[in-house]
Amino acid sequence: MSQPFIEARNIGKQYGQDIILENVTTTVEEGEFITLVGASGCGKSTFLKMILGTEQPSSGELLLNGEPMPNEPGPDRGIVFQQYSVFPHMTVLENVVAAKGFQKASLTGYLFGNEKRQARQEAAEMLTQVGLSHALNRYPHELSGGMKQRLAIAQAVICKPRILLLDEPFGALDPGIRADMHRLILDLWRTHKLTIFMVTHDLKEGFYLGTRLWVFDKLRHDPHAPNAYGASITYDLPVDATQDSLYQEIDDQLRPTKSTTMTADLTERPT
Amino acid sequence: MKKLINHTPSSANQVLLGLLPFAILLIAYMIGSDARLAINPSDKLLPSFGQMGEAMYRLAFEPSRRTGELVFWQDTLSSLMRLFAGVGIAAIFGLCIGVLTGALPILFASFAPLLTVISLIPPLAILPILFIVIGLGEASKITLIAIGVAPFIARDIQRRTQEIPSEQLVKAQTLGASTPQILIRVLLPQVMPKLIDAIRLSLGAGWLFLIAAEAISSTDGLGYRIFLVRRYMSMDVILPYVAWITLLAFLIDYLLSAINSRLYPWNAEGKS
Repeated sequence: MSQPFIEARNIGKQYGQDIILENVTTTVEEGEFITLVGASGCGKSTFLKMILGTEQPSSGELLLNGEPMPNEPGPDRGIVFQQYSVFPHMTVLENVVAAKGFQKASLTGYLFGNEKRQARQEAAEMLTQVGLSHALNRYPHELSGGMKQRLAIAQAVICKPRILLLDEPFGALDPGIRADMHRLILDLWRTHKLTIFMVTHDLKEGFYLGTRLWVFDKLRHDPHAPNAYGASITYDLPVDATQDSLYQEIDDQLRPTKSTTMTADLTERPT
Repeated sequence: MKKLINHTPSSANQVLLGLLPFAILLIAYMIGSDARLAINPSDKLLPSFGQMGEAMYRLAFEPSRRTGELVFWQDTLSSLMRLFAGVGIAAIFGLCIGVLTGALPILFASFAPLLTVISLIPPLAILPILFIVIGLGEASKITLIAIGVAPFIARDIQRRTQEIPSEQLVKAQTLGASTPQILIRVLLPQVMPKLIDAIRLSLGAGWLFLIAAEAISSTDGLGYRIFLVRRYMSMDVILPYVAWITLLAFLIDYLLSAINSRLYPWNAEGKS
């Protein structure tokens, strides 16, 4: 395959005077699992939103299969946000069935008869895969945070996206539940051959999950004008090959600009 | 001794405390009424409950000599029809305009300023215009209520639509949803309980416009009757009518709130 799946050519992003990203150049092949880490406001979420289509680069090009990335969200790029990812007025099953219905080019996306039966069955299977088979008829407000995220993931995966974007999906979850979610997401990544981008605050999570780790940070820093320079990808590492010492080094580098809560998050060392 | 701010009455006491002011008001009224009637038995200002009962019995159960109707029930029926028609039309308009302008930035840009200006027009000030244009019949009264209430509902629904997290709209798009699908499946169902809340809040204004319109031009209705018998100082009719209107307003409000929690159980716990 000569053409990369996703290619970023010298991307920059600025809001007015504030430069968020600069000189981001990279390529991604299909099937990679990339984790994006970095301090708050370093542009990792902005980069994710560019792939999602809700933000566009101010300069440079972002290509998907050689074509410019679409400038609005579409069914080839699924997303799971940290919250508000599921529809509160639908039960668990309805949430996933609705996702199937949206694929149909009808005015309302309601399914009837055979189609509906099939969608319900498919949805139920998907929900079993993510471990929600016991909660099909509950509403999202009756679910725990972890269950809501499982539902959001099921919704995204049933639409068979080629790319799955995860924007701090497990940020609000307990550590024990987070480990379960990691297993789930790795499992889905393998079975559905997804290309995953995951933004996380938790460096440990970044090192453990996926195949590739990107660290977003500013290359130059002007203390009198903190927003004069944008961030870029400062480390691009295959996850298997990383050493403890390197983890330490990245951790130390990210820490000074982090808020206190995230520092607390990062004081846990990898085992 | 507990601080006053920490004193919470038990649920039984809460009911008793709630009923107490009603009882005090009733007793105060009876004492005042008895005192006045003792001095002047034909006093009309504070009729006794017996006199009110008699007057209401005449209106509710004896056919009117002029029209042959049971006046009280005819008044109630006419007024409720007008109120429901007016508020119903306002709700449908408000819902459509609110959801569309709340969801589509282009429509918001073109219609939000107009909607704001329209909502600032005092509806009663345009009542003469309605009488001139539509005539004095039912249509002008219903239109007054609809015009009076619709802008409030539309703006409320607009705000509620905009409050739905944008993550949901993005998510729906990544699932392949089109604009009509998002409007019908994601936004509309979520603002339905808010619509019922908006209707509950606007019913007070609805009653105001109804009674005003009936007072000015009508041949029946609760508001019409109150203003008619005012000429004879018939407090024995006015007071029970006011109580009846209050009871109807309370029942409608209670009914709507019950419908809301029955139809939209997911709304109770707030957003997910």
